[in-house]
Amino acid sequence: MKKYLGGTYQRLPLAGVIEEAGTAEKYETGSWGTFKPVFNPEICIQCFFCWVYCPDSAIMVEGGEVVGIDLYHCKGCGICSHECPTKPVKAIVMGKK
Amino acid sequence: MPQILALTGNDAVAYAMKQINPDVVAAYPITPQTSLMQKFADFVADGEVDSELVLVESEHSAMSATVGAQAAGARSMTATSACGLALMWEILGLASGYRLPIVMPVANRALSGPINIQGDHSDTMGARDCGWIHLFSENAQEAYENTLQAVRIAEHPNVLTPVMVTLDGFIISHGVETVKIYDDAPVKKFVGEYQPHYTLLDPKHPITLGAMDFSDFYFEHKVSQLDGINASPKVILEVGREFQKTFGGMECYEFFEAYQMDDAELAVIVLGSTAGATRMVVDDMRARGIAAGMIKLRMFRPFPSEEIAKALSRVKACAVLDRSIAYGGDGGPVHIEVRSALYGHSPVPIMTNYIYGLGGKPIDIEHIASVYEDLKDAAITGRVKRRIGYLNLKENGPAIPV
Repeated sequence: MKKYLGGTYQRLPLAGVIEEAGTAEKYETGSWGTFKPVFNPEICIQCFFCWVYCPDSAIMVEGGEVVGIDLYHCKGCGICSHECPTKPVKAIVMGKK
Repeated sequence: MPQILALTGNDAVAYAMKQINPDVVAAYPITPQTSLMQKFADFVADGEVDSELVLVESEHSAMSATVGAQAAGARSMTATSACGLALMWEILGLASGYRLPIVMPVANRALSGPINIQGDHSDTMGARDCGWIHLFSENAQEAYENTLQAVRIAEHPNVLTPVMVTLDGFIISHGVETVKIYDDAPVKKFVGEYQPHYTLLDPKHPITLGAMDFSDFYFEHKVSQLDGINASPKVILEVGREFQKTFGGMECYEFFEAYQMDDAELAVIVLGSTAGATRMVVDDMRARGIAAGMIKLRMFRPFPSEEIAKALSRVKACAVLDRSIAYGGDGGPVHIEVRSALYGHSPVPIMTNYIYGLGGKPIDIEHIASVYEDLKDAAITGRVKRRIGYLNLKENGPAIPV
């Protein structure tokens, strides 16, 4: 919406519509959380449970492996940590921001 | 050839919906709207329309489904009454705020409580600031024709605003009248194909509808929405003229009908079915040499302030009949609008307001005649009996003979 900031209301798309796709990627939601997930690659068994469950697609994957958390979008909900099956220590634990 | 059929108002509107053939209709039954949707469901079951009829679990869902379908690019309709409209409240604002040209017939009914299923205008008057266009109907014929025209009005690219078409509960919705149903082919041609401004089902032009809108743009979007409804009067006149040219039909498709108003000294402003009885009283007064007139308001939102002020410019005394109360306000909603419209104009008539007909309380010829008698006195004395009075109310010391 930055392109509309200097203009008048008559130039806006009707009804608050956003006329492009995938704009959620540009929106920082990472600042919302109180806690953040801390990823430990040495414990991770690459089961991808966190990747499946993450509601914000914030589990980063490179070369077919989970490599970390996208903290620009992660809201700190903790679902990844809750679903992480490794025992006795989880590969994702929630820490203070 | 147009068919002349004996129809209730609800059936007449169902015929309009059949000819509009909306892509999606979502509905939940509520008296007195129920028989409208039953009739339309017959058309669906008999294969006479292509509409997807979605039977939902509440009016909140009915309007939500209608909004969803319209946003997806489908021409969508629903219908309701009273508490059903109240349950739609939240979504009424979404329909208008998202600029979705939905058309919704409303069989006007009193709001609870105490519970009452009969006709008054409390329901749609309560929704008067939800951003919808409001068209009132005097009889089944007008309800049918308003519904057809509403589609064109709502979908006009400068307007893109939803329309409520009202018909008085039971009096119009269930009263059987002769109704002229025009041929399908010219009606379908008049209504035309729906060309959505945006659609959610176009992968080549993906959009987001319903995103968060904070203080940086919300106000701007709301004023843009206001421009839409304010563009509608011009379109309402254009569509009315085209309808008249195509079908003949009724005499007045304007903001209001000014009946015997050219030289009227006493005027009554009225909505809906009561206009029929008022017209009879005007004729009777005229036969007795009294310069009586009537303004039958068709378009309540947007309100035709300038035109009303002009129509009243030569009137000595004017009464507004309101079939609802704006509790704690200055009488009824129409009275408030008319008084406001007159500010800054000169000369202005002496004004009075009569609330009547709540919860289906009968309004008879003699009640309306008593209003004109009061206006006659007011025109002579320069004073009204009451700023706000009541017709056919059991009260101590009635201002009106009952």
